[in-house]
Amino acid sequence: MKHTITVLVENEFGVLPRVSGLFSGRGFNIDSLSVAPTLDPSISRMTIVTTGDQKILEQISKQLNKLIDVIKVIDFTNQNYIEREMLMVKVSAEAESRAEVLRVADIFRAQVVDVTPRSYSLEVTGTPEKLDAFVELLRPLGLKELVRSGPIVIGRGPKAWRSVD
Amino acid sequence: MKKTGSQILLECLRLEGVETVFGYPGGTVINIYDDLMDSPITHVLNRHEQAAVHAADAYSRVTGKVGVAIATSGPGATNTVTGIATAYMDSIPMVIISGQVPTPLIGNDAFQEADMIGITRPVTKHNYLVRDVKDLARIMKQAFYIARTGRPGPVLVDLPKDVQMDSAIFDYPETVELRGYKPTVSANPRQLNKAISMILAARKPVIYVGGGATLADVSDDLLTFAETIQAPVTTTLMAMASFPQTHELSVGMLGMHGTFYANMAVTESDLLITLGARFDDRVTGKIATFAPHAKIIHVDVDPTSIKKNVRVDLPLVGMLQDVLPRLNEGLLKHADEVQEVVAATVGWREQIVKWKEQHPMAYKQTKSTIKPQYVIEKLRELCDEDAIVATEVGQHQMWTAQFFDFIKPRTFVTSGGLGTMGFGLPAALGAQAAFPERQVIDISGDGSFQMNSQELATLVQYRLPVKIVILNNNFLGMVRQWQQLFFDKRYSQTCMELPIDFVKLAEAYGATGMRATKTEEVEEMIKKGLATPGPVIMEFKVAREENVLPMVPAGAGLNEMVLAS
Repeated sequence: MKHTITVLVENEFGVLPRVSGLFSGRGFNIDSLSVAPTLDPSISRMTIVTTGDQKILEQISKQLNKLIDVIKVIDFTNQNYIEREMLMVKVSAEAESRAEVLRVADIFRAQVVDVTPRSYSLEVTGTPEKLDAFVELLRPLGLKELVRSGPIVIGRGPKAWRSVD
Repeated sequence: MKKTGSQILLECLRLEGVETVFGYPGGTVINIYDDLMDSPITHVLNRHEQAAVHAADAYSRVTGKVGVAIATSGPGATNTVTGIATAYMDSIPMVIISGQVPTPLIGNDAFQEADMIGITRPVTKHNYLVRDVKDLARIMKQAFYIARTGRPGPVLVDLPKDVQMDSAIFDYPETVELRGYKPTVSANPRQLNKAISMILAARKPVIYVGGGATLADVSDDLLTFAETIQAPVTTTLMAMASFPQTHELSVGMLGMHGTFYANMAVTESDLLITLGARFDDRVTGKIATFAPHAKIIHVDVDPTSIKKNVRVDLPLVGMLQDVLPRLNEGLLKHADEVQEVVAATVGWREQIVKWKEQHPMAYKQTKSTIKPQYVIEKLRELCDEDAIVATEVGQHQMWTAQFFDFIKPRTFVTSGGLGTMGFGLPAALGAQAAFPERQVIDISGDGSFQMNSQELATLVQYRLPVKIVILNNNFLGMVRQWQQLFFDKRYSQTCMELPIDFVKLAEAYGATGMRATKTEEVEEMIKKGLATPGPVIMEFKVAREENVLPMVPAGAGLNEMVLAS
């Protein structure tokens, strides 16, 4: 089963390998990981998507909490949250497919961020499922390059996760 | 007043109460060693950095204090890794100082450079690279705090040479601010009450004690607890000395080489009260048949240990020094019900006595050839009650656990989790440095002994009178035993074909050596060896193909023991 975990960590040198090393050392999967500083610049926020049963997830959460540099671990799996991922893609756009690429982009509310006589670069955000669908529609038109950010999440409602509560 | 980094380091050690450190000098710690000459701290010069870490580890195991070791950068630091991993697996509080190349050279593949933060990340509780001398005092304070609190463990501080030479105003912080580290201290009272209810409802309870009890120094509370509810106590390798093995409620060690009666008691029990143990695979055997009828209470300071390997009915996160006294108090309030439980469990205790009579710990004594188990029994008989015993890893280690009845806490020093051959001799050295007046014995095999035998030099130099017992069978005995039982007696690379003259080896270092080859010589030689001043090697030529039994084969259940060859 897929789980999305948010981890608040000290924004310091060497923290990322502690977290990623924990996953590799204990045989846990990382499907995606994204990290950047928060409102409080001394804290970074990681969003990790992982797979495993409930027992594995409990171990992941406990092991993360055990790291000295980890301030808080939040499992969003059973919570109400918003998930977004960003994708950039370079698509062949020769004469016959140019219009079709733009039609697909329009449907998915993607932006054209670069254009040449032979290609378009598009940018789109959405849930990972939406991005998968977008990619599948573009694939037959000639995908040249694909970059995904990995998802980030935020909980719904007024409660905010900032630091130690 | 300003101090240099190396002065600050030594000042921090002094303020943390460190009296003795173990180490080995080199280019990137030369400043520390220079300032050491003006410091009240005693330094023991080991002959290998791995041994220095084992010695500091054992110093901690016998005193309860944080052990400290120092090594230079590069090969010096990488040599410490086995020692650090040994301490990590057994949750021993340590601070290891490694020198590092100057900060401008880090990452340049400089001479004697190694990325110690990267290398030790998976085997330390935490580690630090000090990049500014202004951070050093804070980091040292945190390192000691992290090492000794919660589930203890080793912390490495990597200290570049230029940081040792830079100066800063020294101000040792009074408190530690770590927003990501709040070791759980006090157990949840509701969970505690549930535990008491479960104990009062049990009819076949077993107390299963691990190394956490040793680390928490709760032997007295444990004794009170066991005697109150009159439940049998089984100890893991790491906990042998935390409960008197001679006590009528003791059933000895459980697991792969545990006693028949401990393994049967666990298999038949209806309540397993787990105190500071972690259900290691050598303890549980096949998980599916481990304590199949038991409800499990698991008390541990480390939440990650709970439900990692086995299902748990009642998790109790907390320190044993908090939980056990509160359990005892709680039971005191239910005195009548406790009496009922004690009365209702008479049959259970009788069953355990029957198991003890059915398959006691035993071996076949022979007239001429020395049996290793006999040496250990005689040693127990003849040494002091509070003698400290260190072991290496292998058959001799298991025989020690089985046949040396430990009585006093913190008298058994052994590498349990990592199983590090070569641990025992430097460990005995560290224990003797902590307690110069007590008897310290290293029980060894001929294989393990040769992994750190250079420490004989350190023993002689510092006049540390460790008594070394070598059970010499000219085999790597434990692997040979597996080859005999599971690989059709194909003894691949386990015969130590070159016989070593350990008596001469002792003499070469300026120690005393003696040898026994017949059963009748054993007692006399142990008496003589223990009475001889200074370090002594007592070599016993023992039965070559003796096996450690009982044995639960790998992957089998605890009730599927091999009892005899």
